[in-house]
Parts: sequence; C-alpha cells; structure tokens
Amino acid sequence: MVNLTIDLGRGLVLRNPVMTASGTFGYGEEYTDFVDLSQLGGIIVKGTTLHPREGNPYPRMAETPSGMLNCVGLQNKGVQYFIDTIYPRIKGFDTNVLLNLSGSCLEDYVRGAEMVDVLDKIPAIELNVSCPNVKQGGMAFGVTTTGISQVVSEVRMVYHKHLMVKLSPNVTNIAEIALAAEASGADSVSLINTLMGMAIDAERRKPRLSVITGGLSGACVKPVALRMVWQVAKAVKIPVVGLGGISNATDAVEFMLAGASAIEIGTANFIDPAVSMKVAEGMKAYCERHGFQKVTDLIGALDC
Amino acid sequence: MKKITDFELIEKEDFGNAVMLRLRSPEPLPDIDPGQFAQVQVNDSPATYLRRPISIHDVDFDRREISLLIQKVGEGTRHLAALECGSTVNMVYPLGHGYSAPDAKERVLLVGGGVGIAPLYYLAKRMSQLGMKPALLLCGKTKADLPRLEEYQKVGDVFVTTEDGSCGEKGITTAHSLWKEQQVDRICVCGPKRMMHAVADIAKERGIECEVSLENLMACGLGACLCCVEDTVDGNVCVCKEGPVFNIRRLKW
Ligand SMILES: Cc1cc2nc3c(=O)[nH]c(=O)nc-3n(C[C@H](O)[C@H](O)[C@H](O)COP(=O)(O)OP(=O)(O)OC[C@H]3O[C@@H](n4cnc5c(N)ncnc54)[C@H](O)[C@@H]3O)c2cc1C
Ligand SMILES: Cc1cc2nc3c(=O)[nH]c(=O)nc-3n(C[C@H](O)[C@H](O)[C@H](O)COP(=O)(O)O)c2cc1C
Ligand code: FES
Repeated sequence: MVNLTIDLGRGLVLRNPVMTASGTFGYGEEYTDFVDLSQLGGIIVKGTTLHPREGNPYPRMAETPSGMLNCVGLQNKGVQYFIDTIYPRIKGFDTNVLLNLSGSCLEDYVRGAEMVDVLDKIPAIELNVSCPNVKQGGMAFGVTTTGISQVVSEVRMVYHKHLMVKLSPNVTNIAEIALAAEASGADSVSLINTLMGMAIDAERRKPRLSVITGGLSGACVKPVALRMVWQVAKAVKIPVVGLGGISNATDAVEFMLAGASAIEIGTANFIDPAVSMKVAEGMKAYCERHGFQKVTDLIGALDC
Repeated sequence: MKKITDFELIEKEDFGNAVMLRLRSPEPLPDIDPGQFAQVQVNDSPATYLRRPISIHDVDFDRREISLLIQKVGEGTRHLAALECGSTVNMVYPLGHGYSAPDAKERVLLVGGGVGIAPLYYLAKRMSQLGMKPALLLCGKTKADLPRLEEYQKVGDVFVTTEDGSCGEKGITTAHSLWKEQQVDRICVCGPKRMMHAVADIAKERGIECEVSLENLMACGLGACLCCVEDTVDGNVCVCKEGPVFNIRRLKW
C-alpha cells in the first residue's frame, strides 16, 4: 500500500497530490459524469472576484501548437453569488474545494478573503495574483516583490485557513517572488499560471483573441513550468504546488521530483475530461513500481 | 449522462469536400437530442491539440451507431476524413442543448446551409418518427455541398437552392420561392452565420419562432472554461452548454 496523503499545512490535507486547476474545471459539477471527485486531492474552482465580471469579449481562445491561448478575463458572478448559489451545491463534494480568488485592487482581495474565511467546507484559497488578462488587475501584484508582499500580508491578516499563492511566470526571477510570498505569510505557492502570449490570423491580418494577448497553457508550457517549480522549490521552505502542461501521471511525477508537493491539472481536462483521476491512479502505480512507500518520498527526489 | 467513449469507425463515405463517418459504440448509447454535438478527439495530428466539436448527424440506437457529417476545412477535420475503417475515434458526448422538442401541430421548416445540414438530418428523422413531415430547405454554393440528399428526402419534403444553380433553385437561401408560398410556425436553422442572420431576419419580420445553432470556438465543450461565450440578452453565456441551439429572441441579433 502506497501512502498518497499530502499535508500542505494549516489544515489542508490532500488524499493524493492531484488537484484540478482553476478555470479549467468549472465548479467540479461539469465533470461529475467523468470523474469521481472523491478520487482527487482537491478541486480549485473558477477564478472569483469580489464583484461580478462579464469577462472579455469573444473570441476568447486560440489553439496553438500543443497548447492554447485564452483571454476569458475572469468572467464570474462575484464572491457573494458564489456563497449564496454555488457553495451550497458543491460543499458536499467528498474532496477539498479551494476557491481561486482574484481582484483588481487590494481592498477587493481582502474583502473577498474575509467573506470566504467563514465557509466551513472551503479549507483554502488560492490567491490569483497572476492572471495576465485583467487590464489593471492581478498583474501588478504578481510581478513585483513589493506588490506580492502587500497583497499576501493584507489577506493573511483576515484569512485564517490555508493561504496558497498562485504565481505568475511572467517575471524575471520567480524564486524572488516566491520568497516574498513566503515571508508575507503564504502557506504554500502554486505555479505556474499562464504565460503571456499572442496569436495572429495572417489571412485576415487580425489578432485571434479579442483583447489581442492572452495566457498560454497546455503541454507546450511544461518545460518552462518544470524549470520554475524546480527553482522555487529550492528557494522556499513552504510547500510548492506544481502545474503547467501536466497531461499524464509521468508529467505529474516529474513535477514532484522537481520539488512540488502536489500538482494541478488544467488544460489537459479539456482533452480528456477523466484525466485527473487517471493521473492519481498513475502516480500510485509509479510509486509501487519504484518501491516508494509514500508519495512524499518523491518530493524533490531528483537525482542530480 | 455525458460519456467518453472509444467508437470504432465502421463506415466512411467521402463526398469530396465532406465525409460521413459511421461510428459504433461498444456500449449502449445514452439519450441524444437533435442539435447536440460531440467533442471528437483527433489522434496523431500535432496541430490538433483540442477536440473538435461536431454535430450529431444521425443515431441508430439499436446498432449503437452515431454518424457525423464533416466538412474538411483544416488539419483536424482532414485527419478525421482520412481515417480508415476499424480506427478508434474517441468522443465526449452528447453535449449541449439541441432544438426544442417538436410539437406535432406545428409546421416546421428546417433550413441548412453547407455542412450546417448535418444536425438537421437527425432532427428531421426524429420528427418523421413522430409522424411529422418537416420541410427541409437545404442550401449550398453548388450541388457537391449537399451530400446525402436522397436520405433527407426520406424524412421530409426537401427544397434545394444552390448559388450556381447546379441543384434546385438558383440563388441564396432567402431567395427560394418557398418563402413566398409556405406558411410555417417554426424555423430551425444551422449554417453559415450570414445565412442564419438572413433567415432570422425573415422570422422576426413574420413573427415566426426561430432557433439557430451557433459554432463558436470551443475548448472544453462542457461549460467549464468559458471560452465559447455568446453575448446574449442575459450577458455572456456558454454556447457549448446553454447552446449550441438558441432561440433568436435570446441573441442580440
Ligand atoms: C457545436 C458545433 C457543431 C459543429 N458541427 C459540425 C458538423 O457537424 N460538421 C462540420 O463539418 N463542422 C462542424 N462544426 C465546425 C467544426 O468544429 C470546425 O470546422 C472544426 O473544428 C475545424 O477544425 P480543423 O482542425 O479542421 O480546422 P482548423 O485548422 O482548426 O481551422 C481551419 C479553418 O476552419 C475555421 N474553424 C475552426 N473552427 C471553427 C468553428 N468552430 N466554426 C467555424 N469555423 C471554424 C477556422 O477559422 C479556420 O479558418 C461545428 C462546430 C460547433 C461549435
Ligand atoms: C480557459 C482557462 C481559464 C483559466 N482561468 C484561471 C483563473 O480563473 N484563475 C487562475 O488562477 N488561473 C486560471 N487559468 C490558469 C490555469 O489554472 C493554469 O494555471 C494554467 O492553465 C497552466 O496549467 P495547464 O497548462 O495545466 O493548463 C486558466 C486557464 C485556462 C486555460
Ligand atoms: S467550450 Fe468551455 S465553456 Fe464552452
């Protein structure tokens, strides 16, 4: 028997290291025909902001080689709607449900975190300081050490459960940003969010996305994500949650070896809606095959 | 209930610009409504990372078969068209909301343009099974755009227009004489956006109920990613989940 349990600290204990990434798994309900949620470590629901947002105009996505760009722009109905309407529907899920919280100003993050703090069945928030789509939003916080210190420490003051901070890869030195998050009270960091990119339709001489630039995700970003997870895991003491292009159990194991304590699956859910469960099974099989008694033995076990 | 299933390609008919794939499931099919679609995986095509949304063209529940009518427009669809019988085709289905259930008292006109005729076959077939005989107006640039006309004739009264006059009346969809001669209570449309707009305009002018099927770009097909939204009177809604079929009253057309 392999022990797959991961304790990320401050009450966030995962049955196994596999979670689903925000914005790619809806509220979990969209996938219940394909996935037994109780087989997952957790699900991270859609990016939510204090106030409702209509998001960006269509078209919001463009396929790219082994990946895709999106500029959804955080369309959501706001924290209060989540609490009143969605939370009652999903609080019974037999897995950890994390809320991905975003904001366009400091006060919104703080107020949103306060409101979510009282929800029994939400053991953690993933603070999205990195969404590249919001014109005057997340970006500013996630790309400088002062910005991230400010938002994380303010949220820390009002939020008493596990605080995961999701980092943007669109920075020069990600380890430095991660250290700032750690010093400001983050319980863990997750990375990477999408890489800023762009696609052009040459025939029509037009951008493919309504707001021209968007976030790149999917298999193509994996080498970048892996490198960043490795750099951050070496720098910080808090647990690191790795994501970016994970499509199968081998990819997931690679992130663990690079230093991640848990992983998230994003775009791959679009290609195989059942992939998250398969990755959890595959990680267990890997541990059995290699004689690991517990999955935590994989963390940072890179031989180099 | 939505499923992920490995289908086996058991028959392929090539029409030049389009291809029909008949696919068999190893397990019984769930309920499938006309106008719903499948997210079809394309293997061994590096340029095709995401699944391709394709309407359900026909269903045979007894034989556990689904047919797709696919126009070859790019890498993904050309790859599907090149598959050989015996190949495995993975589909997530049935997705979205289809056309409203037909009411036996209504006179229904189905209007299809190009490969937009695909979902109308299954719709007409279901109506004919209920003892109805829908009118079908099928339109293309040329005759080659309208495969399987004989099959459509078995499930409805077929009218045809082609822009070059190679089949049926010559001209565009809205120029067909049927618009002057026939009284209809409801129109179900699928085709190029410009054509659907033109038909929707007629429907609005005459106060006829009208449903159209949208083809917004999709990623998940499950209502999870919010990539496929259409700006409606209710704000941005997912075409993959609340559509692809919408009553035009809900759209800002
Ligand atoms: C709900 C729904 C049902 C559909 N049903 C059918 C069907 O029954 N039969 C059928 O042949 N096609 C159908 N389509 C369109 C089909 O999904 C696209 O033609 C296909 O995804 C193109 O893939 P590709 O890799 O061949 O082309 P790509 O290489 O991706 O693109 C080639 C060209 O096709 C255009 N294109 C790509 N995706 C779409 C799209 N979603 N709508 C319109 N143009 C597109 C691109 O702009 C480009 O110019 C449907 C689309 C939707 C959303
Ligand atoms: C359509 C789409 C929507 C996303 N929405 C969010 C979001 O709301 N909040 C967030 O933190 N990340 C969001 N992301 C980023 C993913 O959670 C993830 O960080 C990124 O896609 C990289 O992982 P992947 O390659 O496995 O998809 C979104 C990604 C996609 C593709
Ligand atoms: S394609 Fe993902 S929500 Fe419609």
